[in-house]
Amino acid sequence: MSVLRERVTGVWLGLMALTCVTTWGLSKDLFSPAVAVIGIFAIAAVKVSYVMLDFMELRDAPIPVRVAFQAWPVIVAVMILGFWFATPSLA
Amino acid sequence: MSTISNVEVVNTDQGVTPRRLPGVDGVWVAIGADSVIFAILFGSFMQARLHNPAVFEASRHTLNMNLGGVDTLILLTSSWSVALAIQALKRGLVDRVPRYLLGGVLTGLMFMMSKSVEYFEKFAQGIRPATNDFYMWYFTLTGIHLLHVVFGTSLLTYLWVRARRRAYSCSRRVVPECVASYWHLVDLLWIVIFPLLYLQRAV
Repeated sequence: MSVLRERVTGVWLGLMALTCVTTWGLSKDLFSPAVAVIGIFAIAAVKVSYVMLDFMELRDAPIPVRVAFQAWPVIVAVMILGFWFATPSLA
Repeated sequence: MSTISNVEVVNTDQGVTPRRLPGVDGVWVAIGADSVIFAILFGSFMQARLHNPAVFEASRHTLNMNLGGVDTLILLTSSWSVALAIQALKRGLVDRVPRYLLGGVLTGLMFMMSKSVEYFEKFAQGIRPATNDFYMWYFTLTGIHLLHVVFGTSLLTYLWVRARRRAYSCSRRVVPECVASYWHLVDLLWIVIFPLLYLQRAV
């Protein structure tokens, strides 16, 4: 078992890279708040999804369980963004 | 995926195996329930923010975003290390399991130290949970999550001690799989908490 050849290692590297993009890229003022927030939570949902599929091994779980868990990041991200767009602006 | 005698199967590098959940089903019920509770907390936080966006935005700027980002990298690395331990168990490489679990323990401790530094910073600035609604939510969400980290790190330490005595193997990996699944939950909750509190800009 070579660590570098493990699928979880590729997933880990991808998740680390996405975290850097979110934390030190999208959070800056280069983007409009709406673009930044949509990007940040879309990336968060993708990251959660990969943690579920590859770290938690839901990729090989019974389909109904996998679907139920995979719905969580989508519902959470849509809910947060829904509230965000409903929040009045500061100006 | 295909089916053999009405059993769902999946092709893995160990051959064709039935689809299964790691560990025992009860752990997944607990993980699902915890996920729902946190989703409700996230919604409640957003509702509170909706009524007072100026205070939430001003308070958010006092958080240490760099430390929060590093915390995320630490927990992702921790999850990866624990995932490697489970992969090693599956392949019968039991001598490698303790070192991967130790990686999980040490990164869990690093997260706790980082959070302690962050809390110390806040208290030194005179910031308390009662300061305003944002900080109440900040201490509640990060505090409940930190309790999960402490509990998970304790479980990983127990696994590490047992793995050093070769208590686990390919055919005896239910307990490590339960703990690993819980640990990944701790990771994925932080993946949402971090942008929710630290990165969410206001218009």
